[in-house]
Amino acid sequence: MSAATGAATSISADAVSPVLEMKGLSVCYSGLVPAVAGVDFKVNPGEVVGVIGESGSGKSTLAHAVLGLLPKSANVTGERFVLDGHDMLTAGRDDYAALRGPAAAMVFQNPMTAFSPLHTLGRQLTDLLWRDRHQSAAEKRERIIAVLSQVGLPDPASKLDAYPFQFSGGMLQRVAIAAALLMRPSLLIADEPTTALDVTMEAQILHLMRELRKTSGVAILMISHHLGVIAEICDRVAVMYAGRVVEEGTVREIFANPRHPYTRALFACEPALIESGVSRLPVILGEVPRPGGCGCSFAGRCSLVEERCHCDSPPWVGVADRAEPHFSRCHRSAP
Amino acid sequence: MAAIISNIEAQAPMAKEPGWLGRAGRVMGLVFFTPLGGIGCSLVVAIVLIALFAPAIAPYNPAAISVKERLADPSLAHLLGTDQLGRDLLSRVIMGTRTAMTVALTALSLALVAALPLGLIAGYGPRWLDAVLILVFDSLSSIPMIMLGLAIVALVGPGVSTVIFVIVLYCIPSYARLVRTQTLSLKSRDFIKAEQAMNASTPRILFRHLLPNVIGPLLILACLDISTVITLEAGLSFLGLGVKPQIPSWGNILSDGFAVIRTTPLPVIAGGLPLILATIGFTFFGEAMRDALDPKLSRERH
Amino acid sequence: MMFFLLRRTALAVVILLVVALLLFAMMHLIPGDPTVVALGPRSTPEMREAFRQMMGLDRPMIEQLGLFLGRLAQGDLGQDVWSRRPVLTMILEVFPYTATLALASFAWAIALGILLGCLAVVFHGKWADWLIGLVSVGFVAVPSFVVALYSLLIFAVSLNWLPAIGAGEPGDLLGQFRALILPSFAIGLGWVGYVSRLVRAAMIEAMGEDYVRTLRSFGVAENRIIYRYALKQALLAVLSVIAIGFGGLLTGSVFAEIVFTRPGLGKMTYDAVMSRNFPLVMGTVLFTAGLYVTCMIIADAVTAWLDPRVRSAL
Repeated sequence: MSAATGAATSISADAVSPVLEMKGLSVCYSGLVPAVAGVDFKVNPGEVVGVIGESGSGKSTLAHAVLGLLPKSANVTGERFVLDGHDMLTAGRDDYAALRGPAAAMVFQNPMTAFSPLHTLGRQLTDLLWRDRHQSAAEKRERIIAVLSQVGLPDPASKLDAYPFQFSGGMLQRVAIAAALLMRPSLLIADEPTTALDVTMEAQILHLMRELRKTSGVAILMISHHLGVIAEICDRVAVMYAGRVVEEGTVREIFANPRHPYTRALFACEPALIESGVSRLPVILGEVPRPGGCGCSFAGRCSLVEERCHCDSPPWVGVADRAEPHFSRCHRSAP
Repeated sequence: MAAIISNIEAQAPMAKEPGWLGRAGRVMGLVFFTPLGGIGCSLVVAIVLIALFAPAIAPYNPAAISVKERLADPSLAHLLGTDQLGRDLLSRVIMGTRTAMTVALTALSLALVAALPLGLIAGYGPRWLDAVLILVFDSLSSIPMIMLGLAIVALVGPGVSTVIFVIVLYCIPSYARLVRTQTLSLKSRDFIKAEQAMNASTPRILFRHLLPNVIGPLLILACLDISTVITLEAGLSFLGLGVKPQIPSWGNILSDGFAVIRTTPLPVIAGGLPLILATIGFTFFGEAMRDALDPKLSRERH
Repeated sequence: MMFFLLRRTALAVVILLVVALLLFAMMHLIPGDPTVVALGPRSTPEMREAFRQMMGLDRPMIEQLGLFLGRLAQGDLGQDVWSRRPVLTMILEVFPYTATLALASFAWAIALGILLGCLAVVFHGKWADWLIGLVSVGFVAVPSFVVALYSLLIFAVSLNWLPAIGAGEPGDLLGQFRALILPSFAIGLGWVGYVSRLVRAAMIEAMGEDYVRTLRSFGVAENRIIYRYALKQALLAVLSVIAIGFGGLLTGSVFAEIVFTRPGLGKMTYDAVMSRNFPLVMGTVLFTAGLYVTCMIIADAVTAWLDPRVRSAL
C-alpha cells in the first residue's frame, strides 16, 4: 500500500507476536471491485479491537476474510496476512478448515438463523467438536455443558435436547458465543453480534464478552457500526471507510479527540451523543464511494474538503502530542 | 448513524419496467443462448414447421391403405416402413405432428380463456366465491388426471373434443390458481389501491392493470404444460380413447404398433421417437423460458 | 397434533364430497339418456331398465343425490354392471397389485433421485451438475408410457430377459419381482429426474442458509454439512411434493399396467371404460381421489413429525 508512510504502522509494542496481522490486505470481488483496499491491521493476544464503519465500508468483508468465508468470486491479496502464526496468503482450503475454530472462531450477526432449525443444539454443538475424535460422547457433553454454563445459560444440560426455535435471540447468541469458546480460539471474531438483539439483550451480551475476556484472555475482534458497542468493550478501534482504515487509536483517545472528518461525522450522527433539542438529525450526505481511485475516498462527502484531497492520497500519520497512540489518514491532520 | 444513511439510500426510485414486447425480444435471446434453451428452441421450431407444412412434406396420404404393402420394412419408397394396414409410417408421423400441435394449442388456449376469468373472480371477487372456487379446484386436482380422463371418456365417448375437454379440465385449476395468486398480490399493491381510491370501475382495473400483469406468468405456465398436454393426448389416443383411429396421431401409431410389437418394433419406435423429441423440446424450451423470465415461478402441480 | 390431523381429515372429507358431487353432476348434465351413455348404444332395453333401477334414475334428482351420498357414506361405491359384485370389493381385490407397483417405483426412483440430487450439489457448477440437470429434465419430459413401450420392446420382446405380461404367479416371489422390474422402471424414471431436481434445488437453498456459514466457520467438513444438515432440510421439501405427485404416479401405473398386461386399478378402470361399466369407473375415480387426500394427510403428518418447529406448534 503506497500511502502507508509515516512514523510507524504498528501501535502497541511488539513484545509478543500478534494473533492477527494484516499488511496491505486487499479483497476484490470478481477481480474488479475492491471491497477492502490495502488495510494494515493487527490484533494482539488478549486485546479487544473494534472495527467501525457504515454499511459497505468493508468491515464485514475484512472479518470474513480472516476465516476464508468469502464467496469464491473474492480474491484476497496483500503483503502479509498471518493468523495465529499461520500464513493465510498461501493457505489452501484444507488449511483454512483446520484453522477455523482453533485459531479463530466467529459469532455472527443474527443468532436466530445461525443454527440449523432441524437439529437439537446438543447435536450441532457436538458436531463442532468433530476434531476431537478421541473423546467420548459423554466427555464432549461435559465440555459443552461446562461452556454453556460459562456463558450464563441457565440449566445447560436440559438445553442440549432443545431446538433453536425454543430460545430467544439473546439466549441463542450466548450459545453461539459458547460454541466459539468451545474451540478455545486465539481470536474471537464478533460480526455485529448485538445488532439483531434488543437493547437489554445487547447489554447482557456485551457484559458477557467483557467477562470472557477477563476469564479466558481471548483476543476479540469486534465488528460494529454502533459506537456505543465499541466504546463499551474495546481497547482499540479502527475506523473503516470505503475499504480503508482512515483512523486508528485507543478507544479513549479516538472518542476524546477524533481527527478524521469522517470519524467526526460518525460521532455527530450517533443518536446517543446528539444533544436533545437538536431540531434536525445530522446526516452524512452522499454515498460511500467505491473503494480505490485516487485522492481521499471521503473527499466527495467531506465538509472540510480541499484541492489536494481530490488528487493526492492522504498519508497515514501519527497524531502529534498525544499520550496514547493515534493515527489518521487525512491531509488536514498531517503536519 | 448508519441507519440514517441507509434509510436515505433505500428511497432510490424504483426502475421503470420496460414494455412487454421489448422484454419478450430480450428474453427470447436469453432463452436461445442457454444449452437447455438452444436444444429446446431448435426442436420446437422444427416441430412447429413440420406441423405447419405437414401436408406438403408428407410423401403419401397418411390414411391411404395398401393391403399389399402391410408391415413393409423401411425402403426408399417408405423411409420408415408401413403399418399393418400398409399406411406409410413417415407420412403418419408427419401428419401426427400436426394433430398433436392442433390439439395441444386448442386445448391450452381454451384452458387459458376459461381460467383467466375464474382466477380473476376468485382473486378480485367476494370471499365466499373465492372459497367455493378454491374448493372446486382442489377437488379437481385431487383426481389423478388419467382417472379424470377415463371417467369423462366413459361418459361422453372418445374423440378429439373429449381429449380437449379433458385437457382443459386438467389445466384450469392450476392456471386459475396462478391468476388468483397474482391478482391477490397485485390487489394489495399501491397502484391498484390508487385506482380504487379514484373510483375507477372494476372492469377498468381488471383489464388495464390486472390482466397485463397476470398474463405473462400464465403464458410461462402454459408453455411448461405443452409437453404434458401432448403426452396426455398421445396417451389417451394410445389407449384408444382419444383421437379416432383413422386420424394420424402419435398415440394411434403407438397403439397400432403395440398390437404388432412381437412382429416388428418399427411402428412403436416410429411413434415414440417424435413424441419423446416433442416433449423434451417443449420441456427444455419452457424451462429455459421460465429461468429467463421468472426463476421463482414454481410449478404448482404434478 | 390431534387437532391438526382432525382438521386435515375434515378438509379431505369435504374435498371428497365435492369430487362425488362433481361426478354426480357430470353424469346427470351429459345430454341424452344416461343409461345409453353409461351402457352404450348396443345395450338392450332390459339392461337399461335394470341399470336405471340400480342407480335409482327413475327418482327425482335430489332423492338420487341423497341416495348416492348415503351409500357413499356407508362405503358403498355401487355395483358392477356385469358381474353385480360390489365395486369396493373389486377395487380392494386389485389394489394390492397397484400399491406394490407404486411403492416399488417410488422406492428406487426416490433413492436414485436423492443420490443424483446430492451428486449435483457436490459438483455444483461443474459439468457433472450440468449433465445431471440435463438428464433429469429429460427424464421428467419423456412420457412414462413410451418408456414402458420401449423397455417392453427392448428387454422383454427383443432380449427376452424379463416377462412382458402379468404380475407373476402367486407364491412365486422371484417371478413377481421380475415382473415388477420393467413396469416400475417405466413409472419411476420420470420421478428420478423430478426428485433429483427437487433435492438439488432444496439443498442449494439450504447451503445458502446462515447456519451453514456457522458450521463452515467452525471448519466442519463440507460433506458432513451436505449429508447431515442440508439433506435433512431438502428431504422435508421433497416429502411435501411427493404426496402431490401421487396422481402422476397413478397415471403412470395405468399405462404400465396396460402395456405389461398387469392386473391393477388402472387396468381395471381401463377395462371398465371399454366395457362401459360406469359404476366401476366412478368407484375407482372416487377411490383414487380418496387415496390422494390420504397421502396428503400422511405427508403433512410426517412433515410435522420431522420438523421440530411444526411439531411443537401443533
